[in-house]
Amino acid sequence: MTTIHEENNKLTPQPKRRSLDFFLRWEWLLVALIIVVILVNSQLSPYFLNLRNMMRATSDYMEMGLMMLPMVFIIITGNIDLSVASTLAMCASLLGYLHIQGVNIWIAALAALLLGVLGGALNGYLIARVKLPALVVTLGTYAFYRGIAYGLLGDQAATGYPPAFTFLGQGTLGAIRFPLSAVLFIICAIIFGLVLHKFTFGRYLYAIGNSEEAVRYSGVSVARVKMIIFILSGFMSALAGVVIAARFGSTRPDVGTGLELSVITATVLGGINIFGGSGTMIGAILALLLIGLMRFGMGLVNVQGQVQSIAIGLLLIFSILLPNAARQLSRRGLQIQRGTAVSALVMLALGGFFIWFFFWSRIPVLNQ
Amino acid sequence: MNTTAPTNQKSRSLFLTLVRFRELSIIIFILLLIGVVALNTPAFLTIENFRNILLNISILVIVALGQMMVIITRGIDLSVSSIIGLVAMMVSFTVVAFPGVSPLAALLLGMLLGAILGSFNGVIITAGKVPPIIATLGTLSIYRGMVFLYSGGTWINSFEMPDGYRALAKASPLGLPNIILFAIAIAIIVYIFLNHTRPGRDIYAVGSNPDAANVAGIPVQRTLFMVYVISGLLAGLAAVLWASRFESAQTNTALGFELQTVAAAVVGGVNIFGGSGSVIGVVLGAFLLGTIDYALILMQISPFWQLAAQGLLILVAVIVDSAIRRRLQRLGGAGEF
Repeated sequence: MTTIHEENNKLTPQPKRRSLDFFLRWEWLLVALIIVVILVNSQLSPYFLNLRNMMRATSDYMEMGLMMLPMVFIIITGNIDLSVASTLAMCASLLGYLHIQGVNIWIAALAALLLGVLGGALNGYLIARVKLPALVVTLGTYAFYRGIAYGLLGDQAATGYPPAFTFLGQGTLGAIRFPLSAVLFIICAIIFGLVLHKFTFGRYLYAIGNSEEAVRYSGVSVARVKMIIFILSGFMSALAGVVIAARFGSTRPDVGTGLELSVITATVLGGINIFGGSGTMIGAILALLLIGLMRFGMGLVNVQGQVQSIAIGLLLIFSILLPNAARQLSRRGLQIQRGTAVSALVMLALGGFFIWFFFWSRIPVLNQ
Repeated sequence: MNTTAPTNQKSRSLFLTLVRFRELSIIIFILLLIGVVALNTPAFLTIENFRNILLNISILVIVALGQMMVIITRGIDLSVSSIIGLVAMMVSFTVVAFPGVSPLAALLLGMLLGAILGSFNGVIITAGKVPPIIATLGTLSIYRGMVFLYSGGTWINSFEMPDGYRALAKASPLGLPNIILFAIAIAIIVYIFLNHTRPGRDIYAVGSNPDAANVAGIPVQRTLFMVYVISGLLAGLAAVLWASRFESAQTNTALGFELQTVAAAVVGGVNIFGGSGSVIGVVLGAFLLGTIDYALILMQISPFWQLAAQGLLILVAVIVDSAIRRRLQRLGGAGEF
């Protein structure tokens, strides 16, 4: 059966949880991984456990975190938003543009937030009312919003923000230099977490992810819920845009390029089912922490940013693959059919050839 | 049989035949766009411009056709851009190290490497039961990271490449640049494959209803694996053409290209939920995107606003298309293949 079908099966109501299941939850695995990463990294680099370093690195992930919170809502309903990083750039660029025009920075920031709400509302309208697939709509606005960012600023960078504003992104609290943006993230995370797990609205999100039809028949306006979560996503992306502009002290239209995929990676790694219906806010936040600690550690031992993404990509794939394989094994035991064995051998041979060619063919040019 | 007047019925059936042709809406959209641009810039309607548009979209067509096959099976392949980046780098390194390698061999090497990278996707998705969007999101990062690992941050310049390799995409021994001929050949092969061979038909069957396909004895897993291998193979082919056309291989080659291939497929009427999509549609979708790009340049719209206009037009195309499709469905189930 196909993967999609397997996943759909998981969405059917599960029997009541036993107490053992509490410890078998995805979140505990993330906690274990975080501990492993901390142990390994503190062995590799003496600078890893330096609190000040760590606090400085934290602010690199807060914009991602702000966008991740509504992404959790959206993916739980079975939708997706590819336009978050473009919305961030559009709003940060509007802020920079208005600043260049001489508008007061706080009014410019307010306008940026408003533009984010508008951007989210356009996504929401097309998805909830016109009923187009979220992937298609946000793919279009992914280009559209990024384009507006380029249109506003062109090839120039907006700079010279007043210190009171840059404090929002660069400011810290106390002797350990706790970043202000992290405080903002924590407050937002608590609000989003409470809404998801303690409010009716959160129950609607899970319900829509499990069966949109059933929710509609029970008299809830699915369109309105979808509209709200996409507006939230636009607003939070705009907020992230304001924070990133304040942190960098300047804005360029290519700010945050590719960040949408990092946000989705963190969400999915956090155990949010990509087909909707399940996942917790704490899982997503732990995943963000895990990614941050891994990248921070690898950066300290001089692994290039792009090579770091190999590790993140592997983590994403294996986080889904290993539990699947374990489930398969416990259900059926290890049965190897002849066909499977042959395919496995062929794949191993191909993989071996690829790795050999990969390392062999690069030598002549690099030695030149 | 109903009893309406024969003339009325005839015109109605003609209308239905026309609208059953799923690609009609996109053709109308392209013609409208060309009309608007031509009114604005009469110089637009030349063979030269048409040829340039084809030149610009050839690589997109090749990769988007692979993307279409994946989307028909309800999947998505986000890793194509990274496959292009990695294969372009590996093949370019190889031809620079061994200038004696014939361009054709380079092309075959690119396809082989692409197919292997695609088969990794296939294994993760079919054997590992990882949802396609997550698996290829992962390999998108992994393959892109491998470009850096492979090249150590260096790149291949135009002057390092052998002449034959550079001519591969651009020479035009048959009257049209090779790269356009490659795209046409691939489109014809994919058309025949999808419509006239059993594995090709299986792709539609698996996408329309995986359970039914399984019951009907179609090898569902093998078909899924195959589409990712094909998508990788076409991306590998595109990679060599890309390196040859732009005469360079860089660490950021084709960065972000994956979303363009999805856009071409979706604008071309491929149902994002699987089951339907056609070669003609995808070619037209890519042509529409190429026309938009080219028209914006001709109309001297500030280059900085081009991306915004492109995004807006993609949205409009998708909205118009869905409106037309919905009207058709109300008219009687037409509009689907």
